[in-house]
Amino acid sequence: MVSGTFTSVIVLLIILFLFKEGAGLFNQTPMEKGYVVAVNSSNPVSELSPAQFKDVYDGKIITWKSLGGNSDSIKLFRVDDITSYYTEEQIGSNFEHLGECISKLVQKTPNIIAFFPKEYADSSFKGKTINLKKITAWSFVSEKEWFPTAQPVAQFGVLSLILGTLWVSLAAILFALPLGLATAIYLAEIADSRVRNILKPLIELLAGIPSVVYGFFGLIVIVPMIKNIFHLDVGETALAGSIILGIMALPTIITVSEDALRNTPRAMKEASLALGASKWQTIYKVSIPYSASGITAGAILGIGRAIGETMAVLMCTGNSAIIPHTLLQPVRTIPATIAAELGEAAQGGMHYKALFALGCILFIITFFINLSVELISSRRKGGKNE
Amino acid sequence: MKKTLLLVPAAVLLLAFVKPGNDITVKGSDTVLPLSQKEAEVFMKKTPAASITVVGGGSGVGITALIDGNTDICMSSRDLKMEEKLKLKDKNIVQKVVGVDALAIIVHPSNKVNQLTREQLEGIFTGSITNWKDVGGADLKIVVYSRESSSGTYEFMKEHVMAKKNYASTVLSMPATGAIVQSVEQTAGAIGYVGLAYMDKKVKALAVSFDGKTFVKPSIAAAKDKTYPVARPLYYIYAAASESKVKSFVDFILSAEGQKVVQDVGYVPVK
Repeated sequence: MVSGTFTSVIVLLIILFLFKEGAGLFNQTPMEKGYVVAVNSSNPVSELSPAQFKDVYDGKIITWKSLGGNSDSIKLFRVDDITSYYTEEQIGSNFEHLGECISKLVQKTPNIIAFFPKEYADSSFKGKTINLKKITAWSFVSEKEWFPTAQPVAQFGVLSLILGTLWVSLAAILFALPLGLATAIYLAEIADSRVRNILKPLIELLAGIPSVVYGFFGLIVIVPMIKNIFHLDVGETALAGSIILGIMALPTIITVSEDALRNTPRAMKEASLALGASKWQTIYKVSIPYSASGITAGAILGIGRAIGETMAVLMCTGNSAIIPHTLLQPVRTIPATIAAELGEAAQGGMHYKALFALGCILFIITFFINLSVELISSRRKGGKNE
Repeated sequence: MKKTLLLVPAAVLLLAFVKPGNDITVKGSDTVLPLSQKEAEVFMKKTPAASITVVGGGSGVGITALIDGNTDICMSSRDLKMEEKLKLKDKNIVQKVVGVDALAIIVHPSNKVNQLTREQLEGIFTGSITNWKDVGGADLKIVVYSRESSSGTYEFMKEHVMAKKNYASTVLSMPATGAIVQSVEQTAGAIGYVGLAYMDKKVKALAVSFDGKTFVKPSIAAAKDKTYPVARPLYYIYAAASESKVKSFVDFILSAEGQKVVQDVGYVPVK
């Protein structure tokens, strides 16, 4: 009783912490802290979206026209560029005249867009600062670009990551479930005890292999294989990740469903056989329906392992944050993103909070999968008892 | 009894804060980390009184620690950004180059392309050039391998080679440098970047040109005489106030013996 309450409280606290950190991302502007973006005061543009900012600084948008301004070309300026406009004496050895220089430069260049620390945009600053659209829950899940460290404006769009995670996990379950179920049926109903005594420990051994080893195996063996079979340019694909995840989910699915199948009462099976049903009919009509809840439990645990798996996926899916159209494209999953980036993200910063928000999304996905499977299996059970 | 038990950790904590004079903390870049560890090991063997703690975490971590005064020496694999210089302006920092790391641009050995200009590399990594035939190779899709954004090398490529533009979103990002070598080795249309120390006979390094005229292949010699353009200095940065404390260690690294260690670890000596 006490330990149960204690565990539940801990779990709730972890979830609370996750959502608290994740929610901090919203209603902020993805600009680096303490920085502003300014334009000449005659420029009609006053608000831009994060994606537009990135395209401007990457040289993909080159005139003000597509941003709602006049047809001038855009002149980029970062604070590091100041030395090509003013000499070090003009700026001052301790940067004491830097603000003045930036202000003068912005004022005399009508097509400039300048990115510099806020402290130099004081009341004497002659340019116009630009508003950046805020991050909302909707923009977070619907934007496609994930560039959390881009300067001057980070891009937090996780649609490609969510789709990548779902792609890889669902495909993994499509591989693992039929194969795992078939193995479980064979082990529980068909194999004689000698074969089972050899096979079962071997399969359980699969669960003991560290996921890094799976990832390395995937990178060295499965990735080149997929590349050659499908004649692809690149072998790091969603398919490679899902095959590895499928193999990793197999032992869980097999062990749990086999135990469930073996729990079918002998009397029920014998009754079925006595009525003239064949062995296959008995398995199909008696054993599987009887152990359906155990099999679904195995499937849930398998999916859980697949969705949350990090290292193996990180090593063989290529990690490009693009929206996948087929299984033969590189994808980036949510766990891989969190694992690869949390180490560099400054605590409490935007990037850090965005990774926590990703964790929340992962939590919601697994929560709904568990919930729906729970509903399905309870309904089935209810039907049987009527 | 209980009180004495509490006093022990308190005393340990106190001792940890009141450092003896020759206890040096070195913090920062993971690229410089193996070098600093080796140097510290050799130096401490020679000077038993010295005690040096080396901590990694990335260039950004080291610079932040220097700004906050939490480290004596900051290791960095990139130059200070303007904003960091602004924050450090009242510390009168000293910046010393202890070694040079050359980045090799690697492709699959069967690739016909032998050289690329900076503009072509920028096009390839930002996604505007997607086929090898546009840069003089076969009609084959270019597959770009990069490091994760946590890597200093990722930032260095972006600042130095890609004119600060962002990587294309189709770029494949790998968790480790070894994984890049492995993937380039097994992918015909691949291109990637690795530190010179990671070069392998199974991949081909390209000659690179920043001026469009002279193409140079990466090598220790070319990085040393500065003809190879994709090379970055590895820095030790410290505040002038702690110069007396760190001087003997920094001098050791810059000595002939210390520079030999630089070469042993796989970087290019500066002297």
